[in-house]
Amino acid sequence: MTYQEKKSIVTLISTILISAVYCLYKYPAYPNEVVESKVTFHYWGSFVLVLILVSIAANIVINIIFNIVFRITTGEKEPAFADEMDQRIGLLAFRNSFAVFVIGFLLAMGSLVIDLPLKVMFIILIFSGFLSDITGSISRLYHYRKGV
Amino acid sequence: MGKVLVGNHIRKLRFNHDEMTQQQLADKAGVTRQTIVALEKGNYSPSLELAFRIAHAFDLPLEEVFFYGENAEER
Repeated sequence: MTYQEKKSIVTLISTILISAVYCLYKYPAYPNEVVESKVTFHYWGSFVLVLILVSIAANIVINIIFNIVFRITTGEKEPAFADEMDQRIGLLAFRNSFAVFVIGFLLAMGSLVIDLPLKVMFIILIFSGFLSDITGSISRLYHYRKGV
Repeated sequence: MGKVLVGNHIRKLRFNHDEMTQQQLADKAGVTRQTIVALEKGNYSPSLELAFRIAHAFDLPLEEVFFYGENAEER
């Protein structure tokens, strides 16, 4: 298995773990008693912003650890740059991931149109962000294994 | 994936060039070793520029390194 394939798998697992742990941590803090007030908006705003920051920080740490483990176990250095194949696979993965997010965004807007609670809209948006991340990692893995 | 129509003789040529390693060829062509692996497996059709760079690395014309046709990976 190549470096990029291993990295895609690590990214996939870390995305699932980070999102699951973060959601479990934040869920008890949901303001149940106040329906669609400033407090609720504040909750969802901070939920998304902190999730982004936590994901970035965790991904940097996981990447560093992965590179160290890769060097130790294989005795090889990780690729220092992204060549044309990496860029092409990156673009394909971005296209798929973007398509998933756009579908989620449209569903979220649809939930507002059919008068579902705001909570549903935010959940769909966050879930589509999560799914788009997963789609990107799976697409990357698929193309590195099967080719472009 | 769709059928790869661009095949190559990279593995054979590496062997004929003093058993050049994938990493050495990758360094000469300016790509990562993983891309050479994918090319040899027939999992990737290179850009025209990369195809020329690889041909230059072997000091051969393009058509002696790459070929085009159906079932290219089986030739």
